[in-house]
Amino acid sequence: MADLRSTFLGITSPNPFWLASAPPTDKKINVLRAFEAGWGGVVWKTIGAQIRNVSSRYSGFSYRGAGPVGFNNIELISDRPAEVNLKEIREVMKAFPDRAMVVSLMTENNRESWHELVKKTQDTGVHGIELNFGCPHGMVERGMGAAVGQVPDIAAQIVEWVMETATIPVITKLTPNVHSVVPVGRAVVEAGSNGISLINTIQSVTGINLDTLVPRPEVGDHSTFGGYCGAAVKPIALKFLTSLAQDEVTGKIPISGIGGISTWRDAVEFILLGASNLQVCTAAMLNGFRIIDDLCEGLRNWMDEKGYKTIDEMVGLSLPRITRWEELDLNFHVVARIDQEKCIRCGKCYIACEDTSHQAVSLEAGRPYNVYTIKEEDCVGCNLCKIVCPVPDCITMTEQRKGAEYLNWSEFQRRNMPL
Amino acid sequence: MTIQKNRLSEETYQANFQDIHPPYRSEESAVREAHRCINCFDAPCTKWCPSGIDIPGFIRRIASGDDKGAARTIFTSNIMGVACSKVCPVERLCEGVCVFTLLKEKPVAIARLQRYAAEKALRRNWKLFEKGRSNGKRVAVIGAGPAGLACAHTLALNGVAVTIFEKEARPGGLMTYGIAAYKVTTEACHEEVDYILSIGGIELFCEKELGKDFTIKDLQSKYDAVFLSPGMGKTRRLGIPGETLKGVYDALSFIRRIRTEDRAQIEVGDKVVVIGLGMTAIDAATQARRLGAGEVTLVYRRSEVEKPCSDRELEIALLDGCRLLWLTAPVGIQGKEGKVTGLVCSRMKLGKKDSTGRRLPVVTGETFELECDMVIKAVGQEPLGDLFSGKDITDKNGKIVLDDHFMTCIPGVFAGGDAVNGGKEVVHAVQAGKEGAKAILGYLGR
Ligand SMILES: Cc1cc2nc3c(=O)[nH]c(=O)nc-3n(C[C@H](O)[C@H](O)[C@H](O)COP(=O)(O)OP(=O)(O)OC[C@H]3O[C@@H](n4cnc5c(N)ncnc54)[C@H](O)[C@@H]3O)c2cc1C
Ligand SMILES: Cc1cc2nc3c(=O)[nH]c(=O)nc-3n(C[C@H](O)[C@H](O)[C@H](O)COP(=O)(O)O)c2cc1C
Repeated sequence: MADLRSTFLGITSPNPFWLASAPPTDKKINVLRAFEAGWGGVVWKTIGAQIRNVSSRYSGFSYRGAGPVGFNNIELISDRPAEVNLKEIREVMKAFPDRAMVVSLMTENNRESWHELVKKTQDTGVHGIELNFGCPHGMVERGMGAAVGQVPDIAAQIVEWVMETATIPVITKLTPNVHSVVPVGRAVVEAGSNGISLINTIQSVTGINLDTLVPRPEVGDHSTFGGYCGAAVKPIALKFLTSLAQDEVTGKIPISGIGGISTWRDAVEFILLGASNLQVCTAAMLNGFRIIDDLCEGLRNWMDEKGYKTIDEMVGLSLPRITRWEELDLNFHVVARIDQEKCIRCGKCYIACEDTSHQAVSLEAGRPYNVYTIKEEDCVGCNLCKIVCPVPDCITMTEQRKGAEYLNWSEFQRRNMPL
Repeated sequence: MTIQKNRLSEETYQANFQDIHPPYRSEESAVREAHRCINCFDAPCTKWCPSGIDIPGFIRRIASGDDKGAARTIFTSNIMGVACSKVCPVERLCEGVCVFTLLKEKPVAIARLQRYAAEKALRRNWKLFEKGRSNGKRVAVIGAGPAGLACAHTLALNGVAVTIFEKEARPGGLMTYGIAAYKVTTEACHEEVDYILSIGGIELFCEKELGKDFTIKDLQSKYDAVFLSPGMGKTRRLGIPGETLKGVYDALSFIRRIRTEDRAQIEVGDKVVVIGLGMTAIDAATQARRLGAGEVTLVYRRSEVEKPCSDRELEIALLDGCRLLWLTAPVGIQGKEGKVTGLVCSRMKLGKKDSTGRRLPVVTGETFELECDMVIKAVGQEPLGDLFSGKDITDKNGKIVLDDHFMTCIPGVFAGGDAVNGGKEVVHAVQAGKEGAKAILGYLGR
């Protein structure tokens, strides 16, 4: 049976699933419940600077009634004194010595503040430190959080200060609120960060109350940009992860993947694109800690089915499969095929293709059911029909190469071939 | 064995005649169901709706929280959208062809969603339509049933001044006097009629009967066109001995009393036999049970394959504890001292196909007697026939005949609904009213 035990920067945990630094890891009572439920580790809610929170704090983004697919918050870091948190951390570690305990930190941008915070944190015996360079609201205005994570020089400076005193592994948590995460990633790695985690939340406005015209989440009659997370951000997180994992500098150090992980499938994808550890926040907030069972079991079952024994052997397996566009094979060609046995005649493929693509689905009128077939000669293989089809495996894309050789755009141009 | 009233307590009557398809309790429930709809293109449900409601369209609007838009979408095609959501045999229509049924999954609850939006419009009295600017034309409509109302509404929308003449004291047609009480209440019918008429431009005169109080000629002199939608006539006679015995009821009169009188005052027997298996027979049988009848048996001369009611209707009757005898035809009603004591039946078998493609029942020669104290005849209604024209506007079965433009052989006299189709559903009558109105507008030259 697959072994889910994980070692990240030398920190061991019974499984690779940690709770990300956020409300689920804010207090002793929460973390005890998480560990009882079976979570492998936690990154304790960011401590350091003194803050005050507002009310309300969260808003959800739903699509077609499918519950919140995205989640937004305007909460800041822990609103309790560092001392209280550290005391509780010590108590939790005593109760669950086999779980990973990493503490997220954030403080004023000066050497003394960081030295002091790092020292008193590692004195508690925790396994690692995570630097929060990602909080996109509230702290930014005070020069912290994403304000740090968006400027490579400042980020590197702080990492250097931290490394001067740190005796335990240091993970730098990056913000996705940048055009490219690689410059900051390289800067913190070059400054000595042992690992990287990402993503923190993405700046967003989730919606507006159409009666009061106040955007959400409402604080009286105003709102502010919040941090977006949850299932909806997974694709963005995977992209950032890939950029770091493929980079020659940042790709050399361990990465903890965060952002929208809700099921074991998401977890597998993060691992395949280079994450050797996984952090979860929103999925736990929306469903409770019990989802750890499904995450572990699903992952284990998949690994058993595919013959993987450890997490480590899977890390980054899909990275070589993401290449630059100009390297893609122009001779590769697929066309859609509709399985008439499975088709339920909903016509969604037809109207999507007819209105917005290549008019490659033909309609034979019937009462009440029409028959839809693909006009292979007109199909460009865009996948749209397959995406809108409500029946799994009803539409398949079948390979019909345009030519035998592998011909990419770079080669196409080099040979000066006609368009 | 006796036929008696006051069989049940008031609470039991209440419970027995409750809405069999209760509406959604909350908007959330409706929205959740609306999201199940996958929004088919050229949707089978719409194609199977005789009034052609854009079903994915109204469900999309419910899903996005635009209930007003949903209601307008429904009423644009079917002004009796509230009634239809409660009385349509949707298992044979929209819901029966929902693509989910091809996956052997439950169809989207189209009727319930329609009821949600349409009833909300009615409750909140949303003014979704306005009568058109007057074009000086006047049209008379005979009968305030679904066909007449739909016709009047479309005409008013287009600026025609409409006068409806209804022979009964209250409008609604069979909606008020025929359809089962657990599907629609009389009050709900009247609210709906009021809502339809609130568009303005429609005058309604009750207790005015064509053929008695006035003639078509009278109308022709005052109106630019006439729309006949008088529905069907009485229940057909069985033509067997004993039909006049005490205890033999006509389903329509029986049902009419349930819709108009105190339920405790309606007597039913200990052993009731209902003849027929159409919607009316089912309604008579189930309602007899719900009034407290001891034993109810439906007798039908063909087999299950040929049955005119839907599976769901049959299921209601069976769930209500009605018994069913297939391939059984009545040949005579027995009586003692003028009262029914039994029904003599002939056992049938299936023979050749008839014009409708269904196999005809033929006698086997075997007969038997069913003991009973009450017989309800529900073997279809007779067409009204040529009650008022003096000119032959009907076929040999008494149905009004139309040309391609929905006009009878009398110029300017149009018709639609049960009187033309021989008795179908409310939704067909509404569609016929709509089509008739469009034809009239064409005729009036606008
Ligand atoms: C027992 C029973 C149950 C049914 N159940 C259902 C059901 O569940 N679902 C469904 O969809 N359909 C059902 N139907 C069918 C449905 O009721 C009819 O198809 C529909 O009402 C036909 O509408 P209409 O306007 O053509 O006729 P009607 O509804 O019959 O309306 C005709 C109107 O014209 C009036 N009228 C007649 N003659 C004159 C005259 N000379 N002058 C003035 N006014 C006149 C009548 O009083 C009546 O108000 C049922 C029918 C019956 C009998
Ligand atoms: C309410 C809330 C508070 C958060 N607070 C912190 C924080 O204090 N420090 C931090 O590094 N990240 C914080 N995050 C970000 C999460 O740790 C995580 O990076 C992000 O939510 C993406 O993961 P997810 O999609 O699994 O939620 C917070 C997120 C939420 C929803």
